[in-house]
Amino acid sequence: MAVLNEEQAMLKDMAVEWVRDRMPISVVRGLYDHGGGGKPGDGVGFDRDTYAEMAAMGWTGIVVPETFGGADFGYLSLGLIVEELGRTLAPSPLLSSAFVAASALRLGGSAAQQERLLPGIAAGSLIGTLAVDEGAHHAPARITLAAARSGAGWRLDGMKRPVQDGMGADLFIVAARTAGAPGDTHGITLFLVPADSAGLDRRRLDQIDARCPALLTFEAVALDEDAVLGMVDEGYPLLEAILDRARIGVAAELLGLATQAFDTTLDYLKTRVQFGQIIGSFQALQHRASEMFGELQLTRSAVEAALDALDAGDANVAQLASLAKAIAGETAHLISNQMVQLHGGIGMTHEHDAGLYLKRARVAEQCYGGASFHRERWGRLNGY
Amino acid sequence: MDDQDFRLEARSWLRENFPPALTNVSGLIFQGNAHAAAASADFQLWRQRMTDKGWGVPTWAPRYGGAGLSEAQAKIIGEELAAIGGFNPIRSYGTMMLGPTLLEYGNEEQKLEHLPWIASHERRWCQGFSEPGAGSDLASLQTKCVDMGDHWLVNGQKIWTSGADQADWCFALVRTDTSRKQGGISFLLIDMKSPGIEARPIVLISGSTHFCEVFFNDVKVPKGNLVGEVNGGWSIAKRLLQFERSSLSEVKTDITPLAPLAHRYVGSDAEGRIADPDLRARMVHNAMRHAAYMATVRRFTQEAKNGGPNNGVSTLKNLWSTIIQRRSELVIEILGAHGLGWAGEDYSPDEREASRALLHSKAFSIYGGSYEVQNNITAKRSLGLPDR
Repeated sequence: MAVLNEEQAMLKDMAVEWVRDRMPISVVRGLYDHGGGGKPGDGVGFDRDTYAEMAAMGWTGIVVPETFGGADFGYLSLGLIVEELGRTLAPSPLLSSAFVAASALRLGGSAAQQERLLPGIAAGSLIGTLAVDEGAHHAPARITLAAARSGAGWRLDGMKRPVQDGMGADLFIVAARTAGAPGDTHGITLFLVPADSAGLDRRRLDQIDARCPALLTFEAVALDEDAVLGMVDEGYPLLEAILDRARIGVAAELLGLATQAFDTTLDYLKTRVQFGQIIGSFQALQHRASEMFGELQLTRSAVEAALDALDAGDANVAQLASLAKAIAGETAHLISNQMVQLHGGIGMTHEHDAGLYLKRARVAEQCYGGASFHRERWGRLNGY
Repeated sequence: MDDQDFRLEARSWLRENFPPALTNVSGLIFQGNAHAAAASADFQLWRQRMTDKGWGVPTWAPRYGGAGLSEAQAKIIGEELAAIGGFNPIRSYGTMMLGPTLLEYGNEEQKLEHLPWIASHERRWCQGFSEPGAGSDLASLQTKCVDMGDHWLVNGQKIWTSGADQADWCFALVRTDTSRKQGGISFLLIDMKSPGIEARPIVLISGSTHFCEVFFNDVKVPKGNLVGEVNGGWSIAKRLLQFERSSLSEVKTDITPLAPLAHRYVGSDAEGRIADPDLRARMVHNAMRHAAYMATVRRFTQEAKNGGPNNGVSTLKNLWSTIIQRRSELVIEILGAHGLGWAGEDYSPDEREASRALLHSKAFSIYGGSYEVQNNITAKRSLGLPDR
C-alpha cells in the first residue's frame, strides 16, 4: 500500500465504506440472470443514480482541474477508488469517464472544449468514454474507421467494438483514420462525438462479465471542425497518452479484483475442512498462497508506481503503464483461476462469486491491451 | 544540520578521502578475501579513514565505533558513495548481521568487546548456524555446549559457514539443552583461534571455496561469550536471520539490462528487435518482473519508514531469487556455447564469469532460508495460515 497523505487516507476510508454499503458484490450479480450470463433487456451495464452518488462525493472530478469544477487531486487518489471498486467488481463508468475521458480532455482539449465538457464530466452529468478498438485485438495503430473532410467539417464511417460503458455514455472520444493505411501511426485523428449524433448507432454486446459494452456503427456521421480533439492526422501520440491512463486505470481495477479474489480464497483456505483438517494447513496450498501473495506485491508496486508517475509528470509513463497493465493482467488471471480451483466444485457454480471474478478478470485483462501486447510494447521501449 | 547540508559535507569528505584507484572496484573482493584486503594498500588506507570517521557503521554510537548518525544521514552516505563508484570497506557479516543483533541482545561488556572491532573491520566474523543434519530445519542442530563451571565446552560440526577459513570469530548456535528443541539453543561467540577448531573449505559446483565445514573438538569458550539467556538463543537467531534476509534481498538489486548482450550474441531482426523471438519474449518477461521487483523494494522501504507492517522479507527474497536465477539462465542462453566455458582463453572473462554465475545462482533459493522455508514463513506470518 502506497504511503498516503491524510486526505488520501480519508478518501480511501470513505471509498472502502461506500463500496461496502452501496456497491457490494450483489450489485454486479444483479446484472446477471440465473443462467450465468447478462440479463437480456436494455440495461446499460451500470446504474446512473449510483454514479450520481459517486459524483456527489467528488470522485468524478478528482483529476479535473479546479477551474472546471474538479478537485485536481491526482491519479493516485482516483486509483485508490478504482481499486476499491475493483474489489467488488462494481459496475460503474468512473474509469471510462472520470479517469479516461477526463484525461483525454485535459491532455488534448482546447480551452473551449475543456470549458464545454469537463464541468459535466466532473459533475457526473456527462459520461464520456474512449472508442478505439475495432477488431479482435487491441491495435491502436491499425485503426480503420474513416474520417473524411466534408464541407466545413468531417464525415465518419465505420465501426468500433467493444466500447466500454458505451451503452450509457453521452460522449465518445473516437479514434479515426484521416490519412495513411492501417498500421501507420500517422493519419490518426481523435474526434469528440456526441452519442445522439445522427448516423451513429449503438448495440449492446452480450459479454461474459454482464457489463454490456457497445458496438458502434458510424454511417455518414457529420461533425463540425471543433469536434477534433488535438491535431488532425497527428493524433497518435495523444491517443497513446490517453490509452496509457486508461491502461493504468484498468490495472488499478485489476489490482483490486485480484486482491479481493485472493482474500476471499484465503478465507476459504482457513475455514474449509477436509481429511479432518483445515485445508489451509496443507503445505502445497500454503505455498501456492504464498506465491500468489508475492505476485500481488509485484502488482501493487507496479500499479502504484504508474499512478505516482502520472502525478509526478514522469517521462516514463508509457513503460510504467505497460508494466502495470501486463503484470496486473497476469496476476488477476492467475488468482481468478486459483480462486475457482481452490474452491473446488462450489467455485464452478454461478451461485458462488468465483465465476464473477473469473469473468470480469478475462475482460479487464484484454481491455486496452493484454499482457502480450504490453510485454511487446515494453520490450520495444527498452531496446529488446 | 539539515540533510542537505549533511549531503554536501558527506560528498566533499568522500571525494577527498576515497582512493581513486578503488573506483568501481567491487567491495566484495575485499569482503570475502582477507588476503587480498591485507595486500591492498589502497584498501587499508580507505578502511582506516572510514574507521576513524565512523562511517562504516554510521548509525552506531561513537563508543561502539560508529558516528551516531540518523538513518537518513546513513542513507545519504550510501548514495554519495555510490555516486563516485565507491564502496563501504567496513561492510561485512559483522556489520550486517552480528552487529545489529548485539546492539539488541548483547550486554554492554559484549558490545564494547566486539562492536569497535567490527566497526574497523579488523575482526572478521562467520556464522555457525547450519549443520549437516540441520539445514532448513535449523532448530534440530546438535552441536553440544556443556557448562563446565568456569567455561563452556563445545563439540560438534557446522557446515555452509561462509569464509570460516578466513574468519577471526564465529557467532554460533549451540545446544545447551537436549530435552527441548528451539528452547534448548544458545547463542555463543567463539574465537576461531581457540584450540580444537578446524575449518575446511568446500568446493562447490561453481568452483567457489567460499563455504567451509567447521569442526569443534573440545573447544573451551569463556562463560561471558554467551549472548542473552542460556537456552534463549533461538529468538536471537530468528532476529539475526531477519537482518540477513533483508540484507540479501535489498542489496543485490542492481543489474545491467541484457538487451545489448542479446543483440550482440543473437543478432537483430529487420525491425531492430532481438532476432530470436522466443528468447526475446522470455527476456522481456523476466526484465519486467525485475522492474516490478525493484518497485516493490522501494515500496516496502517507504512503507517501513512510515511504520507500516514489515513482514514482506520472505516474499521479497523468493521473488528476488526466482527472478535472478531465471536471468542467469537467460544470460547463458544468450551466450550459447560461449556461455558454457569453465576456463581458458577461448572464452572471454565475461563468458567464463557467466557460466560460474549460473552455477552460483542455484544457491540463491537455498541459502538464508530456502525457497520452501520462505514460503512457509509467508504462509504463517503474512497470511495467517494454520499449522498442521
